[in-house]
Amino acid sequence: MNFPALFRKKEKPAGWNQPAVMQTHGEGDLLEVAMGPHHPSTHGVFRMDVALDGERVIRLKPVFGYLHRNHEKIAEGISYLASMPYTDRLDYICPITNNWAYALAVEKLTGQEVPERAEYLRVITGELTRFQNHASSIGFLIQEMGASGTPLMYAFREREKILDLFEELTGARMMVNYMRFGGCRVDATPAWLDKTRAVVAGLSGFVDEFEQLLRSNEILMARCQGVGILNPELAVNAGITGPMLRASGVNYDIRKVDHYGIYDRFKFRVPLGDHGDVYDRFMIRLLEMRESIGILEQALKDIPGGPVMDPKAKSRGFRPKPGEAYGRIEAPKGELGFYLISDGGPNPYRYRVRPPSLINLTVLEDMCLGADVADVVLIFGSVDIVLGEVDR
Amino acid sequence: MKTVEEIKAAIEAAVPGAGVEIVPNPSVSGQHSLRLAPGCALEVAAFLRDDAELALDFLSNVTGVDWPDKEVAERVKVTRTVTKVVDGAEQTVEETVEETRKRVEPGCLEAVYHLFSVKWKHGPVVLRLSTANRTDQVELPSLTPIWRSADFQEREVFDLYGIVFTGHHDLRRLLMWPEFKDHPMRRDYVEPDDFEFEPTAHDAVLARTQAHRAAHPEESASQERAKA
Repeated sequence: MNFPALFRKKEKPAGWNQPAVMQTHGEGDLLEVAMGPHHPSTHGVFRMDVALDGERVIRLKPVFGYLHRNHEKIAEGISYLASMPYTDRLDYICPITNNWAYALAVEKLTGQEVPERAEYLRVITGELTRFQNHASSIGFLIQEMGASGTPLMYAFREREKILDLFEELTGARMMVNYMRFGGCRVDATPAWLDKTRAVVAGLSGFVDEFEQLLRSNEILMARCQGVGILNPELAVNAGITGPMLRASGVNYDIRKVDHYGIYDRFKFRVPLGDHGDVYDRFMIRLLEMRESIGILEQALKDIPGGPVMDPKAKSRGFRPKPGEAYGRIEAPKGELGFYLISDGGPNPYRYRVRPPSLINLTVLEDMCLGADVADVVLIFGSVDIVLGEVDR
Repeated sequence: MKTVEEIKAAIEAAVPGAGVEIVPNPSVSGQHSLRLAPGCALEVAAFLRDDAELALDFLSNVTGVDWPDKEVAERVKVTRTVTKVVDGAEQTVEETVEETRKRVEPGCLEAVYHLFSVKWKHGPVVLRLSTANRTDQVELPSLTPIWRSADFQEREVFDLYGIVFTGHHDLRRLLMWPEFKDHPMRRDYVEPDDFEFEPTAHDAVLARTQAHRAAHPEESASQERAKA
């Protein structure tokens, strides 16, 4: 099944982008189930209030807030730099990209320049993050299908290698606190770069193995194909971003659109899906991992010498001029944006995180209506969320 | 991409009486924004999404901002007529004095929308909508019928700031629990001492006993004596 051409002119029926309401056809009462907040498939504390007609989902309402700590309010009370370690805790699977998005927003607000070498280090660490995020997200998806352990452990084996690199570079495996406004906190040693080259050389073999193991697996195809379909027009209208949007066939990658950092120097392709189902989302992540390896190889080849911090940059105690800025990057889960308003003080007047995980869940109900309850777990897994970012 | 001035002109040509105002952004990011009159916001939003040249089909980000009432102190020159004794005779003289006057600038709640175009790959265009005040007139039109991505984000703004989005299909609290009363992202929000305080039967009994003892001191005195 192919989608009709995107963005073609046609009259859409009223309410085409609003949540659908399903009617029951069976007799008897609906069964209301609260899936979560402590369900193994929800990757954290998240609840879905599901109404079932037999096995079919008639209504699904996500319930958020179990991990809410008002990250944005905390950031309003502390200086710009002091928020940097807090951003690690948003999407704790990929802290580097969170750092990057925040640093980018502040650099937009203040006009700081980033040295060449720091840009390369940002790309290298950012793409490593994307790789390990996609690998573990596929692993979790397969685990939710019932393949307990093996594929996830394969993914985690590679993730460990990447986390070891982060540990050596930044001092922490996950809570890295690596970027600064106008550069990166520490420089990479030549030994670290060599080690990274060795790890990256091995990643390609892992993707081959992973793909061979999973792509044509009969059970995976039976469970994933044609499940949780999201059409591209609704995807754009509902603000879906990242691999989920591209699985629906919409060519929108912020690395290509904004060319933030130095992404215009690298050659890479943007994989697009055709059906917008769970299988496409899985395949898009797999293909993006290959593109990430390509970017990593180019960046590790070209990385220049030089400082990693702008010598004029002042990261402590600075007061940006009054104004505002919205900076965004293509995080592994979608568009991660930071919107900052400065009133000239040392703390941001308003600090807003645009969380891709939360906004990608907008269409969860639309994708799940009419599906079997067992498929809800799969569809939810294919969205790829982290509750630290959903609830903030 | 068009500049904000061009977008303003396009909106005013398409939606007569739209009342668009440019809010300049003095920082280096240069992301200027457009303030819309809440009355025409839905029409303007539909125009921005469906216009072939702008095609802002992707609403990325909805932010709530709180601008509290501000007390502004101003030095004002005041001229008044004063009766003075000059050289032994009373005279009315005009005198100019500088005075500090305090004036309260009314605050508002604001919703900021960041729009991009997936079709033409441009953006951001920033829209702002402000409420009339922070207390009783906090309604804004919901843009959910135009962009579905406002769905959860407007719920979040409603939850944390208390802006009521009229026309939203499911306006409930998103992050705080349904029984929660206040809006924690407002600048003047004060945390309760105890989030989970509930008056118990024990408290009621204690209060009654204390009131009784205060009314009948002789009883407690006799009880003390009996204990001793």
